[in-house]
Amino acid sequence: MTKVIAKASNNALGLLVTNAGVLSLVQDSGRYGAFNLGLTNGGPADSLAFYWANRLCGNELNSTAIEINLGGLELTAQVDCVIAVTGAPMPLTINGRQRLLWQSFSVKAGDTIKLAYAPVGVRCYLAVAGGFVIKASFGSTATVCRESVGGLNGDKLAVNDVLPCHTMLRDDDKLKQLMLAEHQQPHYSNEVVLHTILSYQQRHFSAIEKKLFFANEYQVSKHWDRMGYRLQGRAVKADVKGILSEGICYGAVQIPADGQPIVLLNDRQTIGGYPKIGAVISTDCAKLAQLRQGDSVRFEPISMSKADNMFHLNLSRFNQTQLIPI
Amino acid sequence: MKINDSIHLELAGENALILYFSDNEQTTAVITPEISSKVEQAEQLIRQNLSAEIVDLIPSYASILVVFNLLEIDHHHLRNELKKLLKPHDHSNSRASKLIELPAYYSLESGVDLARIAKHAKLSVEQVIDLHQGQEYRVYAIGFAPGFAYLGEVDKRIAMPRLATPRLKVPKGAVAIADRQTAVYPAESPGGWNIIALCPLDMFNAQAEQIMPVAVGDRVKFFAIDKQQYLELGGKLP
Repeated sequence: MTKVIAKASNNALGLLVTNAGVLSLVQDSGRYGAFNLGLTNGGPADSLAFYWANRLCGNELNSTAIEINLGGLELTAQVDCVIAVTGAPMPLTINGRQRLLWQSFSVKAGDTIKLAYAPVGVRCYLAVAGGFVIKASFGSTATVCRESVGGLNGDKLAVNDVLPCHTMLRDDDKLKQLMLAEHQQPHYSNEVVLHTILSYQQRHFSAIEKKLFFANEYQVSKHWDRMGYRLQGRAVKADVKGILSEGICYGAVQIPADGQPIVLLNDRQTIGGYPKIGAVISTDCAKLAQLRQGDSVRFEPISMSKADNMFHLNLSRFNQTQLIPI
Repeated sequence: MKINDSIHLELAGENALILYFSDNEQTTAVITPEISSKVEQAEQLIRQNLSAEIVDLIPSYASILVVFNLLEIDHHHLRNELKKLLKPHDHSNSRASKLIELPAYYSLESGVDLARIAKHAKLSVEQVIDLHQGQEYRVYAIGFAPGFAYLGEVDKRIAMPRLATPRLKVPKGAVAIADRQTAVYPAESPGGWNIIALCPLDMFNAQAEQIMPVAVGDRVKFFAIDKQQYLELGGKLP
């Protein structure tokens, strides 16, 4: 058996980071209930892919996993365990042998897990059966680098970090390998439609401005990250410049002075003073978070009631989808 | 949608509504201690009565963002609940607001924008310091960064717009002014506020029993300390 390398300061074994990639983050479903301290939500930028990774491992949906942004993560298993990778199609290899995403499989102590770079899409999720065992801060393990909160030490993963997890026994039920049928897997592209509820300061945008906002295509600018996506296209005009600072919800579409919309995501600041024309629904925020510079989006209006229906419909579809034993 | 004479409600997002508070006559949002205390009262009522339905709240100067759990309630029912809960002229027991006194090392060394504010205000540096520490502030909101408390209102004479280009690094503890707001930066961060002093106390300490010294609705006063006191209290010079 390959020698197992443990981090000096930490006796718990799990997955050892041998290459951290561009930006790899510990995430659970997010931090809720800490707005009064000025803490934002964090959590998986593509929550659907994250939840699938946990389901494939037989986990509670809120279990801690790794979000891999762009790719380049390399890990060495220190224990026998069951993992699953979902999300953007990053080439995945175990000891150099290609493996498929969207299914769970076992790895042995000493195995090398590598994720290359995604040709399309941005983020992948690696879950382990039983979840990574990491102490929550303010009720969550979600890493928000800007706040130095969550994860192993408030920061992105670095070489020699160890992500502790449970050893899976051979006869464990969770060793059952599962996959999500190909036609059920999300499809990642360079174009996304963002269903948007007109809300907040929408009255400060004229009927024509709203029509044009929904009629025009926008491109993702070079400023896109977990905080928000700044878009480029026809400038949207509001009849107010600023507002008294107020709470910003997930998906809020902020229109700053230059008129270029910013869609605010998981790591957004919790309050701000730019007018907002509306908010993108959560399902579409997750899709937006898989786009990168130059990709296109179009906004489409949706009523609050339809958005509510869509949420429940997507949820029941997720719950009813059966995983296939391999 | 009108909740009562001084509160109206707008949609925010798929699982969020926002309540706006005003004086009965006002149509546009303004900053007053009276409105802020209405916000605070409403926040407590919502927390106490709708804890199962609410994910989190963001109170601010004249609004509360209400984020709710779509598995527990929908926006129609939540509106009705809020309307029932938030009766006008409710003078129910407001939390006794604490007065927190924060030490501040005001000087040209620690307050790199002090001279510029004095010049802009046509006052001496000492007058700027006196006006800043002479005022009792209210914590109107917490956000922007962990532990960042928006305090208002700064005396009109020393109000100062944000820097046109924000600094990439504002030191931890910087006491700064933006328009008629003031704040202490809880950690080193980028920022565009005008720095007038340094405060040696932690505004956010995840390890401490009391994570933040202040909460929304508290009162804050600054008092001047000298360099030696600043260092003795654990302050560092950037």
